[in-house]
Amino acid sequence: MSVDAGPRVATEPILRLRGIQKSFGPVHVLKGVDFEARPGEVTALVGDNGAGKSTLVKCIGGTYSIDEGEYLFDGNPVNMHGPREAAALGIEIVYQDLALADNLDIVQNMFLGREEVTGMRTLDEAKMERMAGQTLASLSVRTVKSVRQKVSSLSGGQRQTVAIAKAVLWNSKLVILDEPTAALGVAQTAQVLDLVRRLADQGLAVVLISHNMNDVLQVSDSIAALYLGQMAAQVRRSEVTHTQIVELITAGRSGDLGLTSAAAANGGNGALV
Amino acid sequence: MSSISNEAISPLAPGEELEAGMLSGRTLGTVEYVRDYVQRLRGGEMGAIPGLIGLVVLVILFSILSSGFLSAYNVENMVIDGAPTIIMAMGLVFVLLLGEIDLSAGTASGACAVLAAVELVRHHMNWVVAVLAAAVLGVVIGAFIGWLRAKIGIPSFVITLAAFLSFQGVIVIMVGGNGSILVPDHTLDALESASTNDYMPIWGGWALLAVVTLGYAVIKFRTVARRRASGLAAEPYQIALTKVAALLVCGAVFVYYMGINRIVSRTALTSSIKAEGVPWIVPVMLVFLFALTFLLGRTRYGRHVYAVGGNDEAARRAGIRVDMVRISVFVICSLLAAFSGIVSLSLQAGVNSAQGGGNTLLLAVGAAVIGGTSLFGGRGRVIDAVIGGVVVEVISYGMSDLITGSNGPGWQLIITGIVLLVAAGFDAVSRRAGQTRS
Repeated sequence: MSVDAGPRVATEPILRLRGIQKSFGPVHVLKGVDFEARPGEVTALVGDNGAGKSTLVKCIGGTYSIDEGEYLFDGNPVNMHGPREAAALGIEIVYQDLALADNLDIVQNMFLGREEVTGMRTLDEAKMERMAGQTLASLSVRTVKSVRQKVSSLSGGQRQTVAIAKAVLWNSKLVILDEPTAALGVAQTAQVLDLVRRLADQGLAVVLISHNMNDVLQVSDSIAALYLGQMAAQVRRSEVTHTQIVELITAGRSGDLGLTSAAAANGGNGALV
Repeated sequence: MSSISNEAISPLAPGEELEAGMLSGRTLGTVEYVRDYVQRLRGGEMGAIPGLIGLVVLVILFSILSSGFLSAYNVENMVIDGAPTIIMAMGLVFVLLLGEIDLSAGTASGACAVLAAVELVRHHMNWVVAVLAAAVLGVVIGAFIGWLRAKIGIPSFVITLAAFLSFQGVIVIMVGGNGSILVPDHTLDALESASTNDYMPIWGGWALLAVVTLGYAVIKFRTVARRRASGLAAEPYQIALTKVAALLVCGAVFVYYMGINRIVSRTALTSSIKAEGVPWIVPVMLVFLFALTFLLGRTRYGRHVYAVGGNDEAARRAGIRVDMVRISVFVICSLLAAFSGIVSLSLQAGVNSAQGGGNTLLLAVGAAVIGGTSLFGGRGRVIDAVIGGVVVEVISYGMSDLITGSNGPGWQLIITGIVLLVAAGFDAVSRRAGQTRS
């Protein structure tokens, strides 16, 4: 396990995107986006509404296919054809609405669609319960009383925890979290950010999408700012200030950082960068 | 990597991980287990409890109010009469689990029964072929309804309402001008008709009880033992033992009761005839109960049914083929409706042009809901259909004893309707209680 939470770039990226292009009919959403995520790091993906964050994430997760560009996972070029392939590679996405079934308990939710079965094709409840418990314990989650609690009885923070734990259960290498703290109170936000940090400390590559600058600055190692479908800059957390990030998000550039003024102004042609 | 950084990575030492609260290998004490259970009840997971309480209250009430209510003859009739409703309700549980409804189950069962009757009487087919034909028709009907729901996207309420009407028409046409088809085939009658030789032998009833209780006990104790062995919180042995004992006692009372000769009037003609033993429909229903309970509770498919009923988007993202699950529950429902139709056919030794119409479907839906299956999807078990079906039958028999006169059937309908409404109210309220308000 190689872990380095410091500013030094220690590891090779597990995910490397080069010049990703994506259009929906006449709408050019991603215009040559570069993006990297490294194991053991939290990479924040920020950007205004409509900057292309969701599209980028769906391209990574295989929901959308990319029109052009290079998709390297673990150093190997990948031709992604759907969410199952992404999951097979070890990419897990935790969406904002969590998508947990309220009527099922924590174990049932964590193993949904990938239930363990015994030799007789019946559900292996004991094994699943043990694995779920171990996963939660390894993430130091102590807020849930029993893994056999129904999800409907959990608080927002606990649900988020379950959704994240579900994503790491499968030996995943890259976990993408879409606004994990958006609907949470202060204490629960702190808990979830704590969990996000621990995921990275365990050697996973974590991509965090957030609108909350405090969260981003608190927990991330690297920050990637999207501006109108272009990657304004991907910078080390230690090298930027709050103000610079806000400028990257709103104007696409900040001092020496970001897009050239021409590219930022026409918002159109990524090739000018 | 130094040991210091290693500790920084994982705040938990290996030994400590096993100590975490939810992993604990603690064996729940009986008190603790009961407390957990009460907490779950208060959290809205009432399951079949209201239905069971209602059943006990109603049985006590009716047995006080009318002396003949608990006679062996009456009980046997309730079991036999309730069978078609219960079997249909078992299938409806699957559809209700997805938050869908199948209003056509009643007339679908009628259509399947009429098909079987036509094959038997007009084409002189073997009864096995006739039953198979009815089952195939059930599957086809279910697949068609499911396909319209899942692939075309018509609300199940509308599809099945349309099917309900059309099947009624199909039945009228197939039965023809006579208004009924009488089935003299005694093999089918044997399923449950009240003719004297058609009960299990007395020893058969006891053997059935032994097999059921033993099977239940083995499953129960093996589960507990296995969970303990892997260090998971398990049901206390006392509780498991109590459940097995309760099943044994209730079963024994039932089998003993069914062993009493039910011939009421003893004349010279009937003195040699005996009506005793468990009706054959009981083991038939038990087979359905076990098979479907296993399917829902112990297989991946069953888990997926619950998941789709709880949150179909979550299920889709988990890689579950939601459309296939949706189609499959309609197939199961219509297939069981077909079996229910066969049982009705055998009960009446024939079919008529109103087969499966009227309140057949409503009683079955009522049975499932009274038993604790939610109309909102995601919550329910196959046993609910049995418990609720018995409640429905108890109400119908108890009422017909109590309310006489020309308005009797009217009052029966009104009261059954009210009970269904109360059950649905329980369902809605308990569903709200289960949600976190944060």
